[in-house]
Amino acid sequence: MFATENAYYPDYSTKPIQHSFSPYADNGGSVVAIAGDDFVVVGADTRLSAGFSIYTREQNKLFPLSNTTVLGCSGCWCDTLTLTRILKSRMQMYHQEHNKVMSTTACAQMLSTMLYYKRFFPYYISNILVGLDNEGKGCIYSYDPIGHCEKTTYRAGGSAGALLQPLLDNQIGQKNLTKVSAESITQEKALAILKDVFISAAERDIYTGDNVMINIITKDGIKEDNFELRKD
Amino acid sequence: MSVLCPEIPTPGFSFENCKRNAVLETKGFALPKAVKTGTTIVGITYKDGVILGADTRATEDTTVADKNSEKIHYLAPNMYCCGAGTAADTEMTTQMISSQLELHKLYTNRVARVCTANQLLKQYLFRYQGYVGAALILGGVDVEGPHLYMIYPHGSSDKLPYGTMGSGSLAAIAVFESRWRPDLEEQEGVQLVRDAIAAGIFNDLGSGSNIDLCVIRKGSVDYKRTFDEANKKGVKQASYRYPRGATSVLSTRVVDIEEVAVQRIEPERMEIA
Amino acid sequence: MSILAYNGGAMVAMKGENCVSIATDRRFGIQAQTIATNFEKVFQMGPHLYVGLPGLATDTQTVMEKLRFRKNLYELKENRLMSPKVFAAMLSNLLYEKRFGPFFVEPVVAGLMPKTYEPYICNMDLIGCINPPNDFVVGGTASAQLYGMCEALWEPNLGPEDLFETTSQALINAFDRDAISGWGATVYIIEKDKVTIKNLKTRMD
Repeated sequence: MFATENAYYPDYSTKPIQHSFSPYADNGGSVVAIAGDDFVVVGADTRLSAGFSIYTREQNKLFPLSNTTVLGCSGCWCDTLTLTRILKSRMQMYHQEHNKVMSTTACAQMLSTMLYYKRFFPYYISNILVGLDNEGKGCIYSYDPIGHCEKTTYRAGGSAGALLQPLLDNQIGQKNLTKVSAESITQEKALAILKDVFISAAERDIYTGDNVMINIITKDGIKEDNFELRKD
Repeated sequence: MSVLCPEIPTPGFSFENCKRNAVLETKGFALPKAVKTGTTIVGITYKDGVILGADTRATEDTTVADKNSEKIHYLAPNMYCCGAGTAADTEMTTQMISSQLELHKLYTNRVARVCTANQLLKQYLFRYQGYVGAALILGGVDVEGPHLYMIYPHGSSDKLPYGTMGSGSLAAIAVFESRWRPDLEEQEGVQLVRDAIAAGIFNDLGSGSNIDLCVIRKGSVDYKRTFDEANKKGVKQASYRYPRGATSVLSTRVVDIEEVAVQRIEPERMEIA
Repeated sequence: MSILAYNGGAMVAMKGENCVSIATDRRFGIQAQTIATNFEKVFQMGPHLYVGLPGLATDTQTVMEKLRFRKNLYELKENRLMSPKVFAAMLSNLLYEKRFGPFFVEPVVAGLMPKTYEPYICNMDLIGCINPPNDFVVGGTASAQLYGMCEALWEPNLGPEDLFETTSQALINAFDRDAISGWGATVYIIEKDKVTIKNLKTRMD
């Protein structure tokens, strides 16, 4: 008779094997956003992956919701598709009901509500919503998967979030520096830092690479930019 | 046990922490993961010998721990071995077998044969029942000609004309299956191995950085470390050098190191008259 | 939670021009509770040789004592100093001996090679797989944050003063984003003729 639990010969164990199904997948990707006085830049890498394989090298993870609002998503890609589809239709319904485009601040609140609505079966996404607020200043809202929302001026999220956030703290938040400059960040500097943090992330995070898609939002609308990362 | 004369430790692995670690595990502290090579390693035979290839990325979960790790290990002057799996296991196993082969060579006064290395490696791995996580590609040339062995962590082995291992093995074997043929020229063989590793580097997230190659012929070895840099690091937009005094310091202590003067004293001839 | 994250701690070492740096935080905690802010994790093993042992605090100290014992025996027997490379190999073997019941430390070694004063740094995983790069190494619970910082900040041929600023900023900003490391920091800059040890002012939360 075999022992029910045999640590030495797991092949001969007679215990039932439990298989499980997970409704979530981690498709990786990173999003970084930096806000200035009259602009906001947001970038996301374009690699979509799972486990050790790459699904595509050219997946845009930035979703323009209006002329002044963009949402960057990383995490479970199927949840991202569903969430952004519902968000877009809610934006449209708002537009048709109130005859005006939803503001970034209103959109930020709606996203939080939508995420918390699925409190016990959440969308597994790290969201970063960027745009211009009612005064035309750049603003960033970052979320946890169940709708906690925080307004900031710079944020890194996704698979390389932990690698990138301290660098933004230092270079944009001017943390831990003895001499702090009072000038606010220019669009050129924001773009340069954004590109550099992605170069750093691509070196060490296997889920970040291929390309970075950048959206620059000003009062004139959304401008797109693109640059290459390593492909391995 | 006296402090003045400590006991000579027993050779082999020590299990003295096992009980403690098992207790910690039952208290809900997960055992940490070791660095994996997460690799693409390949080997082929060609007209005059064997060619081994490897990428150079080592990963710790999803972060890259080493961007230029050396995965083609030296075994003997006529033999090299690619390693995939737990990085420490591949390194230590090949080091240990390399030392045994050297002793074997001195004892027998002959160049060690590849089948000897294969036997030593598989017997060692079989003894540890797969717990020593090393998947190896052993290649070399001896009196019998060129040989290539795949050795699996549980201690089985295969003698093949070409093969791949590691997380990028599928990407690499696809290249071999379409382009390998018997009696390749060296130039073609090098290109084929390079392309197989590149396939692993680009299509497998566990593999990356550079391509290392090792060509072993009868009587000569060509170890091409960083044969090809498959990916160039991006060029930074700005320098992040800080102005002096950017960090606030609480206290500073400077320890001077004196140069230890070593004076060589010429030995005097002993008086033998 | 991993055993390596029971006490917390962050560590980084960088190569510069004829100098190396090694820096560590000062916290000793039990999970989220901070017990002390003057805990030593970096140890001197020779005039130009330092080793950092982030991980489980009890193993930090046990491994340090084993290392000191073996290093002293080597120096008595050989009548010469141990070079960083030899030291790293010794540490690697010490850890790999316990392959199936490891010490929970992820060591960082920094030093200058004897005679040539060539910089040497390396780190290891908990079972002794050596990684000797030519830029920087990191260890401890803030390693992801440190990788991001160092990858952007490090550049070749930094002199001792610049290396100090770069190392310090990388460490401080990284551990400020890690809940279980920080609470003060110490930076060692190792040069041919001197070692400069600086305690940094950091957030104490």
